[in-house]
Amino acid sequence: MARIGVFICHCGSNIAGVVDIPKVMAAAKELPLVTYVDDPMYTCSETGQAAVREAIVKHGLTRVVVSACSPRMHEVTFRKALAQAGLNPYLLEMANIREQCAWVHGDDKAAATEKAIQLIAMAVAKVARHEPLTPKSVGVTKRALVIGGGIAGIQAALDLGNANIEVVLVEREPTIGGRMAQLDKTFPTLDCSSCILTPRMVEVSQHPKIRLLTYSEVKSVSGFVGNFEVEILQRARKVDMDKCTSCGICWQKCPEKVSSEFDSGMGKRSAIYIPFAQAVPSKPVIDLTHCRYIKFQEWQAAPEATRGKKPMECRICERLCPPQAVDWGQQDQVLKEKFGAIIVATGFQTFDYSVYGEYGGGKLPDVITGLQLERMLSASGPTGGVVQRPSDGAHPKTVVFLSCVGSRDDKVGRPYCSNVCCMYMAKQSILLKEHDPQVQSYVFYIDTRATGKGYEEFSRRAQEEAGTVYLRGRVSKIYQEGKKLVVMGEDSLMGRPVEIAADLVVLATGVEPAAGATELAQKLNIGYDTYGFLMEAHPKLRPVETQTDGIFVAGMAVGPKDVPAAVAHGSAAAVKAVGILSQEKLTTDPGTALVDAAKCVSCFLCEEVCPFNAVERETLRDKRVVARINESLCKGCGLCVSCCRPGAINLKGSTNQQLMAELMALKL
Amino acid sequence: MPKYAYYPGCAVHASARDYAVSAQLVCQALGIELQEIKDWTCCGASSAHPTSHLLGLSLAARNLRLAEEMGLTLTSPCPACTSRLAGARHELRDPAALAEVNDILGKDFGNTVGVEHLLQVLSKGDRALPVKRPLGGLKVAPYYGCLIVRPQKVLGFDHEENPQSLDRLLSAVGAEVVPWGFKTECCGAGMPMARKDMVHKLSGRILAAARSAGAEAVAVACPLCHSNLDMHQGDMKPNPKMPVLYFTQLMGLALGFSAKELLLDTHFTDALALLRGKGLA
Amino acid sequence: MSVNAVVPAPGTPFVKRVEGLSGQKVLKCIQCGKCSAGCPAAFAMDFTPRQVMRALQLGLPSDELLGASTIWVCLFCQTCSVRCPMELDIAGVMEALRLVAIEDKHPAAQKNIALFHRLFLWGIARTGRLHEFGLGGMFNVRSRQPFLNVSHLPKMLFSRRLPVLPPWPWSKGAGEVRRIFRRVQAAQKASRGSHA
Repeated sequence: MARIGVFICHCGSNIAGVVDIPKVMAAAKELPLVTYVDDPMYTCSETGQAAVREAIVKHGLTRVVVSACSPRMHEVTFRKALAQAGLNPYLLEMANIREQCAWVHGDDKAAATEKAIQLIAMAVAKVARHEPLTPKSVGVTKRALVIGGGIAGIQAALDLGNANIEVVLVEREPTIGGRMAQLDKTFPTLDCSSCILTPRMVEVSQHPKIRLLTYSEVKSVSGFVGNFEVEILQRARKVDMDKCTSCGICWQKCPEKVSSEFDSGMGKRSAIYIPFAQAVPSKPVIDLTHCRYIKFQEWQAAPEATRGKKPMECRICERLCPPQAVDWGQQDQVLKEKFGAIIVATGFQTFDYSVYGEYGGGKLPDVITGLQLERMLSASGPTGGVVQRPSDGAHPKTVVFLSCVGSRDDKVGRPYCSNVCCMYMAKQSILLKEHDPQVQSYVFYIDTRATGKGYEEFSRRAQEEAGTVYLRGRVSKIYQEGKKLVVMGEDSLMGRPVEIAADLVVLATGVEPAAGATELAQKLNIGYDTYGFLMEAHPKLRPVETQTDGIFVAGMAVGPKDVPAAVAHGSAAAVKAVGILSQEKLTTDPGTALVDAAKCVSCFLCEEVCPFNAVERETLRDKRVVARINESLCKGCGLCVSCCRPGAINLKGSTNQQLMAELMALKL
Repeated sequence: MPKYAYYPGCAVHASARDYAVSAQLVCQALGIELQEIKDWTCCGASSAHPTSHLLGLSLAARNLRLAEEMGLTLTSPCPACTSRLAGARHELRDPAALAEVNDILGKDFGNTVGVEHLLQVLSKGDRALPVKRPLGGLKVAPYYGCLIVRPQKVLGFDHEENPQSLDRLLSAVGAEVVPWGFKTECCGAGMPMARKDMVHKLSGRILAAARSAGAEAVAVACPLCHSNLDMHQGDMKPNPKMPVLYFTQLMGLALGFSAKELLLDTHFTDALALLRGKGLA
Repeated sequence: MSVNAVVPAPGTPFVKRVEGLSGQKVLKCIQCGKCSAGCPAAFAMDFTPRQVMRALQLGLPSDELLGASTIWVCLFCQTCSVRCPMELDIAGVMEALRLVAIEDKHPAAQKNIALFHRLFLWGIARTGRLHEFGLGGMFNVRSRQPFLNVSHLPKMLFSRRLPVLPPWPWSKGAGEVRRIFRRVQAAQKASRGSHA
């Protein structure tokens, strides 16, 4: 027979101020199998825990009910106390008479007391049917996958590698570096972006613990914390990276020139290309949609009736390549890798402003984005650091910046602040002045958000030293008049309409999650918000964890962030991953589902509903295929239990029988 | 015996004669010698300074030079004069400006003279006051006006937002100082001719604030403040009927001088009834 | 083109002149409005002190500010200057604007305030000291308000607080002040000449 001890916590006056403790104690003493009742002032305190331990030993208790706060708060604490007293820690049940009773029923003390008595009765009925449970342990694959080679991913990969952990860094683009590589200077120190980023990129490529997979994407993810199995699609570069010497002849001689993604369309690249001079790896790829030889092959393959004029066969790169590295036969490859932890740092893209018809909808050539100006400002950019109007190449003297284009705008579905625009506008206006003292910049802003270290001072520098005129207001319209762009706004500080005839207009386009981020999140089984930003397990206290153990998030993929924050986030995610990868074994909660094979009718509805892919199929000796729960994957959510028609599945520590007993103990 | 080069200023010399007389009496009683600058002229305040910078500086410098010749620190009971003279001294630290002004003056002025308002002089140190007739808890709102403590970097006296020197002086002579929020609000300054409406509005709210703070009288340290707060009360609607006294008059009463000696009968808003009620007149 | 739209022109010669006279850099202003909030004369102004700073930042046409009542209504009480978080001497900017208006002979929005200052100086220039009775009388005549403040006269005269006779114009001080006026005028003429 079980000997149950009940501990009714006062929690100072949190519980005792509302619930009549002596009355509850008296009622608890009458409950079946209860052999001991106590009422510590603070059960969670060392004194309170000692009282629990001593009572277990002295009174030979075999089950314990702690009637106090939420199990989220102190279940672990009391399980430890049980274990210290020699009892299986899972023979504990908590009755929450604080959050779910005293705190919410302060206005009716009698009813609160009655509810506390009933909650304890239920817990007693349940705990009597508890079985001792033992946590399982699983091994850990001591390798990490980092998805995304921007600054956050680079930082995470380097930190992991330096912690002596093997890392695979997967990047979708032909090079790592991400958006930061596109920037000219970084605020508020104005240090050159590539000067601080490029050494990190090289470090990644040379790190003995880091394997870099560029031009690659995650195809599928299965497994669980400590033991993920990931399929990675490595797209064919059509260039043998071992043979290629990065001599550059191919991309110089390639006759097909297309708009450069890296230069945000402000410059051209060839069909075989490296995105920028410092790309890592500095091996080119062939852009199959633009390569002339590929087009020729398509022409060849098409039925004679439909194909048009014969295109040039080209193959200039192949012919000129000294080490003969061009490999037309190269195919996409799928790599299968195992990892113990995954860090997702897929970054951002800028908002497509063409939805703003009032700003020209992308049709006014001299209305550009901040990223486009960034490329022009860069000495290694398409214009060699000379700012030019796209329409006629003229050097602009009057430049107008518009903040919050695709930020703080419900109408375009982007109500959030993009965090970096205020500062990059300040930076760009300072740089424009540095490039040419005759340039006069105007910034239309709603608020100037300069919350980082040194940011407000930097913003003041733009206004006081660079003479940038800040106008508080949102621009209503931009239209072309001759060679000028007329910007119509209001100076809401003066309360007057303002018009500026500008040579160049720069839209501070906001940030949004990178394309494909939500699809990847679905593969990883992690959450994302309405905009597609990945969800942290807790926005304050667990900022890099996700609801899926072993998967961490970092950088702009989670939300708008500047470089220092993204770097800190990357490091934080790396540390959290190390927390798992430094373990030999991981223990799992024993409160998992269990299939009674004899009752299973092989419908596998459980397999369909399980959010954690924990249901496996097992062939019995009689050839019957039944469901089996992988305890390492099971989170104990109970979905399978509730959908199992023959009632073959039970949750350990919360069996159907226990739930029934709880309900039966309830007096209505 | 402390000795100062005394600069009364045009207003104190004439329309604020009561201020001048009471200041002299109080200083005598306290053993402070005020030696009037011979042949002083307008300091440049009110109109000269905001009309021509150089004119304002030169007019001030002429008087500063006279004090410098006397080898004494200059003191004035007028905050506008003090502010202008101290402001000029501050600006003339620039050697080029000093040279320019010396050209105008045709004299060799060294800009070495100190400038202090009379309140600063009287509130210096822990001077024991020979109080013969404590003010018996007369509730007084200490009104400093705007210029007596501003700007701090020029005057270096007391505190810009919540000055205390007048509070302490009045407490020392037995008055009950009421705490209030209008110590340094502007009364309308030199506007009574050109914009009487502004004076009524600004001085009116100061008097109303003093009333709601529980004051029976307002103590001032500026001839313009006194004129705006006292003389114009009759034109305000409703008439605040709040006695306004120079702080030197209140001190003088406590030091044993009669209301008559202190010219308290020359005010527009009667203060005598209140003082008689308290046994002070 | 919007009706009455402002075309910003930062750093016009006018703005530079005001900055030079006041020693203040208008772009430093963060438009927080603390100056206007505490200004006792704001109720009588067409542009609040913050708006004056803004107009200078935007380089609004000089006529707007020089013709504003604000620059005449300002009491120079310094409240704005001592409270400014950016340590701008806003009262100094007001003073500079008034100096420019006088120098350029811009019609004053507050004719009586301008008149008061002219008469004040006229008197000082002759006698070296202010003659309150004379100033008041002349003001009443010139501003065509013969009865302004006359109700105060009997009491003032009776209590000998309003000397009727002007200060002695042949004193040494008065003579020196006259010389200062002459020399300052000459110096300013010379400097204007050298600028032109």
